[in-house]
Amino acid sequence: MFDQSLAAMIFGRLSWESIPIHEPILLGTFIVVALLGAGIVAAVTKFGLWGWLWREWFTSVDHKKIGIMYMILGIIMLLRGFADALMMRAQQAMAFGGNDGFLPAHHYDQIFSAHGTIMIFFVAIPLVVGIINYVMPLQIGARDVAFPFLNNLSFWLTVAGAVLVMISLFVGEFSTGGWLNYVPVTNLENSPGTGPDYYLWALQIAGVGTTLSAINMVVTIIKMRAPGMTMMKMPVFCWTALCSNVLAIAIFPILTGAFALLMLDRYIGTNFFTNDLGGNPMMYWNLVWIWGHPEVYVLILPVFGIYSEITSTFSGKRLFGYSSMVYATVVITILSYLVWLHHFFTMGSGASVNSFFGIATMVISIPTGAKIFNWLFTMYRGSIRFDLPMMWVVAFMLTFVVGGMTGVLLAVPPADFVLHNSLFLVAHFHNVIIGGVVFGLFAGMVYWFPKAFGFHLDPWWGKVGFWGWVIGYWVAWTPIYVVGLMGTTRRVRHFDDPTMQIWFVIAAIGALIILVGILGFVMSIVMGVVKRDQLRDTTGDPWNGRTLEWSTSSPPPAYNFAFTPVVHDLDAWYDMKSRGHRRPETGYKPIHMPRNTGAGVILAALSMALGFAMVWYIWWLAALSFLGLVVVGIGHTFNYNRDYFVDPADVEQHEREYDAVLAAGA
Amino acid sequence: MVQHSSPAARRLRTLAIAPLIGLLAACNQAVLNPAGDVARQQRDIIYISTGLMLLIIVPVMILIVVFAWRYRQGKGGTYDPEFDHSTTLELVIWSAPLLIIIMLGALTWSSTHLLDPFRPLDRVASGQEASAPNTPPLRVQVVALDWKWLFIYPEQGIASVNELVLPVNRQVRFDITSSNMMNTFYAPTMAGMIYAMPGMQSTLHAVLNRPVESEGFSANYSGAGFSDMRFRLYGVQEPRFEQWVEQARQSGQVLDGPSYRRLVQPSERVPAMRFAGVRSDLFQRIVERCVEPGTPCMSELMRHGQSGGHTMTPRGGSLPQGDRPEGGAIDPSRETGTRPVPGTPVRQPGVIAPNAEHDKDLGNTPEAGSPPPAEPQA
Repeated sequence: MFDQSLAAMIFGRLSWESIPIHEPILLGTFIVVALLGAGIVAAVTKFGLWGWLWREWFTSVDHKKIGIMYMILGIIMLLRGFADALMMRAQQAMAFGGNDGFLPAHHYDQIFSAHGTIMIFFVAIPLVVGIINYVMPLQIGARDVAFPFLNNLSFWLTVAGAVLVMISLFVGEFSTGGWLNYVPVTNLENSPGTGPDYYLWALQIAGVGTTLSAINMVVTIIKMRAPGMTMMKMPVFCWTALCSNVLAIAIFPILTGAFALLMLDRYIGTNFFTNDLGGNPMMYWNLVWIWGHPEVYVLILPVFGIYSEITSTFSGKRLFGYSSMVYATVVITILSYLVWLHHFFTMGSGASVNSFFGIATMVISIPTGAKIFNWLFTMYRGSIRFDLPMMWVVAFMLTFVVGGMTGVLLAVPPADFVLHNSLFLVAHFHNVIIGGVVFGLFAGMVYWFPKAFGFHLDPWWGKVGFWGWVIGYWVAWTPIYVVGLMGTTRRVRHFDDPTMQIWFVIAAIGALIILVGILGFVMSIVMGVVKRDQLRDTTGDPWNGRTLEWSTSSPPPAYNFAFTPVVHDLDAWYDMKSRGHRRPETGYKPIHMPRNTGAGVILAALSMALGFAMVWYIWWLAALSFLGLVVVGIGHTFNYNRDYFVDPADVEQHEREYDAVLAAGA
Repeated sequence: MVQHSSPAARRLRTLAIAPLIGLLAACNQAVLNPAGDVARQQRDIIYISTGLMLLIIVPVMILIVVFAWRYRQGKGGTYDPEFDHSTTLELVIWSAPLLIIIMLGALTWSSTHLLDPFRPLDRVASGQEASAPNTPPLRVQVVALDWKWLFIYPEQGIASVNELVLPVNRQVRFDITSSNMMNTFYAPTMAGMIYAMPGMQSTLHAVLNRPVESEGFSANYSGAGFSDMRFRLYGVQEPRFEQWVEQARQSGQVLDGPSYRRLVQPSERVPAMRFAGVRSDLFQRIVERCVEPGTPCMSELMRHGQSGGHTMTPRGGSLPQGDRPEGGAIDPSRETGTRPVPGTPVRQPGVIAPNAEHDKDLGNTPEAGSPPPAEPQA
């Protein structure tokens, strides 16, 4: 007995049973991941790259490097989230009548919860934040963001959250409460295991990172624009980044609070969301959806900005209706805060409350429609080049408007009474997320990849990726709209009606076509690297761009601009080009830059230890990591060695080298 | 690099065909050809809203394809690089969707009020008045359990599990709650859904207009047995309904406290069951979470709280639904408290008229000893 309680003290509730060696799918996944991981570690060690990785990347506070690291995180997690999707599609395609499929309820329920959690928190958010991180400071003519260390910390906190979620696959279990970890399913009494705890700790840690990042971006945009760049001369992408991050600041504390209350319920036995003793699960639903709805606008607004940049560049015209685009963005930002109840019209709030939220939801479609029209009229009388980014834009426009339409349909409460939580709803939000956010992220990646790395992504494989995604999306999700209209509900792993099976089989085929799209995208990166000399960009401006990031070399130097640009007009780079801008030859000054630091990595690692310890009730480890967090956090504030100055001679040398490259390419 | 093919045109073709095929196939299904008047009205709203929106969406999609095609570089379309503003166009761009939304908004307001689940039906079928003054609605009490459905017919004094039998052309009023998880009570062919929530009572008014054999289920994930949490729905003529009630009365088992406690235990894929008798206050006790003997009902707790009493805890340390598991950090089972003050006044039940204000509250039943009105929602 003494041994038992000693083990419990050291390991909390962690035990050998927590490792699911009896689940063949998990065992197989673990073996593959372990081999891959070991292979990567071996390769990095063999080429002696640990020092380089630590100095140049992990401790970097450069917004460009952090942006790239966010993108890598997002793409890796996309593969995991998509694997979950394939498993769900396979299960739903086979489990009819007597066939129970291959995923028991306990497994399937974790898969759909993990799929949504990963896709939103660890794919969409990192990819969007990554693109904003990379592009926005360049577009406003700044050298970095307002708080470079915080930027680094935000990234690593997000990684800590992602790692916790990945660990839950192999040690313990994940939540079964859906991507928002719904109560009462995740109350302690119904889910006493580690699932909801993994979810809560991973997202609290990542949520701190996202909140800090949002504050960072807002301050950067407001305070660090180049001279002459008034708010109304800022690129539209920066406007959308600003509004998206303002929204994020407004909502993430609510999610933090809701999760904290649920944690108190689960750890200390309070009754915020229980069924008894004064608890009310409805409160949790309201809080998470007050976060959840604006969150999807946090994701889509920057992507709208990407579309604006790409449309105007590839149409060879200034964006149509710049002011109204800005107003539309601000209106969407404010309205998105007022519609959360449409996620639970069926909870019986009464007709007047339902009508208010329904009408408010519909009203959002007006500024959104205005944006679509503005892109349309940017194309009108333009000279459109259908390079891959522009192909993504047209695919987005055609796909997203259908999703918007089904969204407005769902906003009519009596229609929602029939379609709430059905597969029609699932098809709607995948329509707007894939057709909107994902297509835009791919467009942005193809568009800005040459700037970030100095060579293009392989265009042929990029088109394979494009067609795979577009055709795959339509083949996978149109049948889901159909079965939704047949009254099928979501999160179901087994069906009785055999007439529906054909639709799920088609959907599964569509998922496989999307897999081709994903592989195509991955290959476009691989072949881009392999053929980088043929795909090299020596001009810094491969697409004939209009905004300031294209005025730098590809990739830009660490300090971005040798001289902070002075801005006279909207589309600043286009303006500079048409006035016959010439690169300066003398007068270089020392450039003030922030120094790298390892504190972000260490703090994130300690947070991860804290999260893991709290999940498994390993109190001594939790206390130690918390103490470590406080000590390292305070200790870091005593680090006065935060900055350095770039020698003007080095600046001049880089600029001269780049002059030569430009001259050779011309 | 100029793209010669038009991605847009090809996509448009795929777009046009697929949903049409889909819709044709879905035509005979519960949502698009329902047996209930409420569901039919909701389907009509889906059609009307979609039609209104297509007025904008179809021209927009055509314009996208046309502009993408016409203004390709080097294909002869006018190139006007300075065209970036037009007040007229802006006015059109903002007002056309606004007009559609105004129409949709009006439709939303009226239909949301008319089809409010709490609102008794005005009509049994299109063109037919609801029989509100003469025939009161059939009362059915619904309890969502883990993972099956319990239906109590209080006026007939019977109950069934996973089998809902209703007479056609008679308005039904469902009072709905749940034992533990949040579920939605949904029979697509009959009416829209509404949440079944523990400790709360929601209401749904519906009617079936023709004999039908269909199913219903929960549309909110509620745990491991969720996927098979389905019930059979039978719409039958009145004599057949009476026959079924009689059959239930012959079934031999009674739904009382102990048998309910057995039923509440988690189980999946439960075959249909019938009960010959039901304890009369069982539903009330389920809503108020005091089925276990010795646990105080919620209305009692709230009354005590309103009269300025001390923090309420269960007498004798027993909790409403069995023992609580140990929390992660602190064991919550050590609690002390005072007993409720005896003799606190009981709120008198009010008359429930069809459009009475408090008929729209959750938690109001005409049984004696009604609890105080539930807290405001959302």
